[in-house]
Amino acid sequence: MSEARDTIIVGAGIVGSACAWECAKRGLRVLLLDAGPIGGGTTAAGMGHIVVMDDSEAQFALTAYSRRLWDELAAELPREVEHDPCGTLWAAADEEEMAEVHRKAHYYRERGIEVEVIEGSNLREMEPRLRAGLAGGLRVPGDSVVYPPCAARWMTERAREAGAEVRTGARVRRLVEEGGVELDTGEVIEAVVSVNAAGIGAGGLMMPEGLPVRGRKGHLAITDRYPGFVRHQIIELGYLKSAHGGGGDSVAFNIQPRKTGQMLIGSSRQYDAVDTQVEPPILDRMLRRAIEYIPTLGELSVVRVWTGQRAATPDKLPLIGPMPSNSAIWLATGHEGLGITTSLGTARLLADRLVGGEPEIPSKAYDPGRFAVEALAHV
Amino acid sequence: MSESIRVRVNGEDVVVPPGTVAAAAAARAGVTFFRLSVGGDRRGPLCGMGICFECRMTIDGRPHQRGCMVVCENGMELQTDESA
Repeated sequence: MSEARDTIIVGAGIVGSACAWECAKRGLRVLLLDAGPIGGGTTAAGMGHIVVMDDSEAQFALTAYSRRLWDELAAELPREVEHDPCGTLWAAADEEEMAEVHRKAHYYRERGIEVEVIEGSNLREMEPRLRAGLAGGLRVPGDSVVYPPCAARWMTERAREAGAEVRTGARVRRLVEEGGVELDTGEVIEAVVSVNAAGIGAGGLMMPEGLPVRGRKGHLAITDRYPGFVRHQIIELGYLKSAHGGGGDSVAFNIQPRKTGQMLIGSSRQYDAVDTQVEPPILDRMLRRAIEYIPTLGELSVVRVWTGQRAATPDKLPLIGPMPSNSAIWLATGHEGLGITTSLGTARLLADRLVGGEPEIPSKAYDPGRFAVEALAHV
Repeated sequence: MSESIRVRVNGEDVVVPPGTVAAAAAARAGVTFFRLSVGGDRRGPLCGMGICFECRMTIDGRPHQRGCMVVCENGMELQTDESA
């Protein structure tokens, strides 16, 4: 039954699904595998924010490139993907954060991303639910929102149309050094190259070496429907301190209006919290933080709360490309909180490199070879 | 003999006995369906005991209140989704 395939992609989250589609479009013989349903892991747990970020030049390059690819797809996305070009509003609490607004505005504009600096009280004209006294904000009108599991499923359907085979309920035990995979049934499926897109499970497929990918737990809450409560995805600028700060547990205000009228509320970050339980103390901190920014938020009914695990790397950049020690094993993982945005850029970079083409953006910053062999050997 | 309670259902005056819940007042006003689901289906009271959340309505400006659990008070404004 094992015919020679070009590429086996392990993990049908949004990253693996995008990779399968892109590789199939290039004429590669692709098999996409997942132990669970399509987009059922981290993809289903996240917010679905398509956002340009500037934690580093490489992060900016990949998010801006990916956002452009989403824009190119926007007209094709079916209704269930819930694409909503609502834009991002970064809220600045004080003058220090306002200085960051100006820095960020300059940085984005220099690189061709449209932004609008919002001064003082104009912020509440734009979003009247925000509390008085905020210093201002930065609006990024080109950012948008999707519903990630449906986006992943749509990508796998496109992949199938392009000739890819998709198998769910197939749990991979390990990646075979010569290329291909071994399932937990013992079945070995051969391929020239296997692509590890298993997210937080990626390291476990490559034991005993593992990968420098750590789970970073997050909580989300979603409300009943309150259409128009906020219009933008609003994030506190202090988010950057939470997302990119050290190892401690942190929360940051982040609210996203869904097309249903529901409000999705985040965010929290915890390393080494491996279970999926909702933790009331963290949830409490997260919601209180949100209410600090939107006092009337406390009057809304939350209908569901859940957690997810982001696949985080030490330098906050994903791993895209071949293992330095074995060109039959490639990686497409470690996207932390930006995997929905960067799925499309990741797929392009991966497919370009697999067929020996030149990627549209430099790929070196995401190459697994940037970590020393010893670092790759320790999770 | 207790007094009647006067509320408004979608802007229309309705008189109900004391102890009447908002969902019953709406029913007295002839409203059967209170809201639309995400998929556009018409929804109205089902369990009548606060569990199913099907009877949600806006009461005194607060959305998503359970009509079967809120007892009418004089002057209360009850609003259902009239497109339902």
